Amino acid sequence: MTAVMPPGTATAAAAAPVPPAPTRPVLARDWRRLARMAAVGAVAQIFIALSNMPVRLDERVVVKPVLSLGYLTLLIVPFAAGHRVGHQIKREGTPVHAAGAHEVAGGAACGALAAGGLSLLAVLLANFDLREPLVNWSPMLAELLAFGNSTSFAVVIWLLIGAAVGASGGLMRLLGPRTRRAAVTIAITVAGVAVMEPLVVDLAEGMGLEALTDRLYARRGGLEWVSALVLAAVAGILAVLGRGRLREARNRIAVQEGAKRTRTNFGLILLTGAALVILPLFAGKLTNELLANVGLFVLLALGLNIVVGLAGILDLGYVAFFAVGSYTAAVLTAATSPRIHPEMPWLVALIFVVVITGLVGLFIGAPVIRMRGDYLAIVTLGFGEIIRLLFLSDWLSGTFGGSQGITKIPGAGIFGLTSVAGTDPRRVFYLVLAFCAIAIYVSWRLERSRLGRAWMAVREDETVAEAMGINTVNVKLLAFVVGAILGSFSGAIFSAKVGSVFPNSFLILVSIVILVVVIFGGMGSIVGVIAGSAVLIGVLGGPKQPGLLAEFSEFKLLIYGALLIWMMLARPEGLIPSVRRSRELHQEEMAQDAWLKGQVEDDTANGDTATAPAT
Amino acid sequence: MTATTASAVTRPLLETRKLSVDFGGLHALDQLDLEVHEGEIVSVIGPNGAGKTTLFNAITATVALSDGDICFEGASLLGLDPNRVTARGIARTFQNVRLFANMTVLENVMVSQHCRTRQHAFGALFYTPSFRREEAEIRERAEKILSFFGSRLMGYRFDQPAFTLSYANRRRLEIARAMATQPKLILLDEPVAGMNPVESAELTGLIGRLRDEWGFAIVVIEHHMDVVREVSDRVVVLDHGTKIAEGDYEEVSNDPTVIEAYLGHGTETT
Ligand SMILES: Nc1ncnc2c1ncn2[C@@H]1O[C@H](COP(=O)(O)OP(=O)(O)O)[C@@H](O)[C@H]1O
Ligand SMILES: [Mg+2]
Repeated sequence: MTAVMPPGTATAAAAAPVPPAPTRPVLARDWRRLARMAAVGAVAQIFIALSNMPVRLDERVVVKPVLSLGYLTLLIVPFAAGHRVGHQIKREGTPVHAAGAHEVAGGAACGALAAGGLSLLAVLLANFDLREPLVNWSPMLAELLAFGNSTSFAVVIWLLIGAAVGASGGLMRLLGPRTRRAAVTIAITVAGVAVMEPLVVDLAEGMGLEALTDRLYARRGGLEWVSALVLAAVAGILAVLGRGRLREARNRIAVQEGAKRTRTNFGLILLTGAALVILPLFAGKLTNELLANVGLFVLLALGLNIVVGLAGILDLGYVAFFAVGSYTAAVLTAATSPRIHPEMPWLVALIFVVVITGLVGLFIGAPVIRMRGDYLAIVTLGFGEIIRLLFLSDWLSGTFGGSQGITKIPGAGIFGLTSVAGTDPRRVFYLVLAFCAIAIYVSWRLERSRLGRAWMAVREDETVAEAMGINTVNVKLLAFVVGAILGSFSGAIFSAKVGSVFPNSFLILVSIVILVVVIFGGMGSIVGVIAGSAVLIGVLGGPKQPGLLAEFSEFKLLIYGALLIWMMLARPEGLIPSVRRSRELHQEEMAQDAWLKGQVEDDTANGDTATAPAT
Repeated sequence: MTATTASAVTRPLLETRKLSVDFGGLHALDQLDLEVHEGEIVSVIGPNGAGKTTLFNAITATVALSDGDICFEGASLLGLDPNRVTARGIARTFQNVRLFANMTVLENVMVSQHCRTRQHAFGALFYTPSFRREEAEIRERAEKILSFFGSRLMGYRFDQPAFTLSYANRRRLEIARAMATQPKLILLDEPVAGMNPVESAELTGLIGRLRDEWGFAIVVIEHHMDVVREVSDRVVVLDHGTKIAEGDYEEVSNDPTVIEAYLGHGTETT
């Protein structure tokens, strides 16, 4: 049997000498593309401007005195449009045109037109008053767009800015991979250091390095432009010198196998753990508070990850278990709890929290778990709301305090050694860290067990899983309960940290945010979920908790949504995907790889004529 | 043939009595009586839509019966969930291959041992010796089962996701998965469909070895008559949900009602 060529392999193209890539002719198609891109960009610009982000975020300086966060939000779209417009769809067999001046020109044109949306807006702002339907239609916006000058200045300057930014977007296509990487590193470093200002200042103070941060940041926030330049230079040099090495190291680890890999992983975990234990000692209140908040969400997200990521149960009411955990701990530990107030030590109460949340999980899960897919999602959404409404209700207000909630909850006492309360975020963080470690261990062990495999099988195909002898109801219920218990830990710590619980801390929004964290980070991936929490909760902030960019809190949901959409388009497997999930989303490539590998390794004498993989 | 005569005395492994399944007004299975004895390979043949797959679905409790009874080792299977039926000792493959596509080859076989193993969350969390022992056993058994198919599901293929397999290998993995549930009876739904003659001949041999080496009783739905001739102790012919003939291959293939059923639909109109 002769080897069959895999579909779509262009042997002829590979065999023929590669013709010199011609400069690309501008086609009618390209004009259409440019116009479309520019139109979308212009609309997006107007939307961003009218969302009031620029005005509200103008306070927060990124690089003093040239760039504020507000203006930054207006530069993203022209840059992206300018970059995107030069994108060539690479088809096998068709020559790829060398990127050249026309990429820059196209980018500039597209960027100018996109930013032209702002010019248009400036003109409209000057001549009409549409405050009635558009609440953010304000003179402040007009002033911001015109940099304090006249309207005609605004019109011209935005076209120019757009052209420049768009051109640099197009320019990115001309750079070689190394230069581009360096450019990206520089941008990320400068933006990162600027964004993390509160954190860096806080840490520097703890380590007695105020002198450095005083130099770095302007007095009223933002990087000094000089320090921004220095930072960029340093980042650039480091990128050029070190980046290749970092990648090398990563590749070296990636190919390790067996015991060696385990040892490397163990070392990495130890290192990270040590850093997380030591770091808070040098950090002030602000950093620790932030870390504690992120940790609480990591805990929640890890719990939900077992339910959604491993067992494939789309639970939209996960906040219910967070609420039950919080309220149980509050009732059992607080002296002020209206009806029952045993004033237990926190650790003892925790045992009850686990038992009670487990039971609630069973109680909610038992009827719900028999449903599949969308039905299940809707019903869990309902149950999540029901739990909150129960805590709010007059009927149970004798026990849970209704809308008044339960206040004056004491901190979490640990064996009488210390008491962990919100007044000392460092201790809260250590407590959260301990429970995160437990949750990570639980997720990691369960995934690699008989139970974890059964969860995956259920996620893949419930009917077949059942036919293979898996009691799907039990297995799913167990995932639900394990997830519930992990969430309740977070709740119990939350109530001790905040010192009070109210029904409106447990809105549907919390469920959604946790789910977004899991999806954004990478479903089924422990590291991904942690990274997702760090980025979304740490930088943008949680439902009620401020993040590093506290100014964003008003626009948090908008940005969550935009990020989620972008993620689904660009990288559906999430920030740091689980191996399995990325395979799942790249089945075709994988199948072809395996098929080619099979071609090489299997002798056809094997009788295994590799039929090109079906489906 | 000795199998048939000998088992006539003993109690059948699987027995359906007046088995009926209705879909709306359609009688997919109509008062079907069927027996399968220990160590026997029974082929079920019949034109498309005769109700063969429905028979498997009924036995494995994936469709509801409208009438009749199914006994396995003397006990009724009525009212059991599909996973309980599997635990009793009946495994199946699917006509339209349904692997756990994103799990690896090895995991597919490991997870199918679920009902024969018992380690739970506790063992996994505390990494107990019994947990480790069982995990090792599960893996060992999975490897042994996969080695039954020669080298092509072995080695690097262990850790390849199932969707990367060739069509023939997917069918093989389906059988491996059924074997992993440690059944007494395996139901194979068109196991050689889509295979080329070489592969199909090889699998025919494997079906025989499944009985001889592993001791499974087998019911196989098949369209390829050379496969049927090769493997069957007994052939059952279905048409419109009823049994129209039964016997060894020679008897059945010469039976006028069978020929009528296969060809008759055409000849009626002429
Ligand atoms: N789930 C179902 N719902 C309705 N009709 C079905 C279902 N499954 C099978 N049938 C019908 O029952 C008849 C027998 O189908 P099947 O057992 O799949 O035939 P085959 O002998 O080809 O395997 C067919 O007419 C089919 O359309
Ligand atoms: Mg069929």
